Amino acid sequence: MRGKVVQPGFNFEYLMWIFTRISGLAMIILALIGLIAAFSYGARNQMDIGALMRWTFFPNPNHVVSSNIPDLEPNWANAFWQVMQMLMAVFGVTHAANGLRVVVEDYLRPSFWQPFIRGLIFLLWLFLLIVAIYVILAS
Amino acid sequence: MGLDRKVGFTAGLKYQGGGPMLAWILHRISGLGMLFFVGLHVLASFFTQQFGSDWAIAVNTIYESFWFQTLVIFFVLFHALNGLRIIILDLRPELLQYQREAIWLQWAVFIPLYGLTVFLIIRLGLSGG
Repeated sequence: MRGKVVQPGFNFEYLMWIFTRISGLAMIILALIGLIAAFSYGARNQMDIGALMRWTFFPNPNHVVSSNIPDLEPNWANAFWQVMQMLMAVFGVTHAANGLRVVVEDYLRPSFWQPFIRGLIFLLWLFLLIVAIYVILAS
Repeated sequence: MGLDRKVGFTAGLKYQGGGPMLAWILHRISGLGMLFFVGLHVLASFFTQQFGSDWAIAVNTIYESFWFQTLVIFFVLFHALNGLRIIILDLRPELLQYQREAIWLQWAVFIPLYGLTVFLIIRLGLSGG
């Protein structure tokens, strides 16, 4: 084995390890794009941090209707921001479900119950993803 | 993954991990916290949008209050900055020997950013914004 680099197996854990890094970076970049857009569309006037975060992470016309940014329709209600929201939803929900799996399996040794717990987390992932995309498309 | 550690709870509490352990615990707590309240918030958005439910509006009213925002912004900012540190150190493993310095740098970025944000949140919250 001397002089050989051990290649990581291309298994589930390795894929999720890579995905966690990539989705984390992607969410930081998506959030910065949303934040810059929110400021350029007028969030600098009288906006609290919660409203700014709603614009940053999920710029949905339905979601941000209570905040006082003018010109909601032309700037935010279009396909570009719908795609950005879907990317954020997919990355966020998947990153979170995998994180929950890692934390839970850190405290449980592999047993009879492990597939059921993974199945529950998978169902939670699917459910949140469907609800989030429904909210995006229905608004 | 589910190792047999044979370390008791009280022995775990006595472990002097220092900065890296604090960052690890806060990363875990903030991640689970964000999963909990963002998940609830997605559901609340769905029920507000479709039915205008009372409980969904109540959940969103809690989320919009300024004392809750100070907690949420702590979780989001800390998780993002700590995750960025983990990504950078994973991509450049030769920098791992400077992990403690990296954590100090991370706090040096986090504290002014979070302090300024909390100042703005509380100022706006107390003035009825």
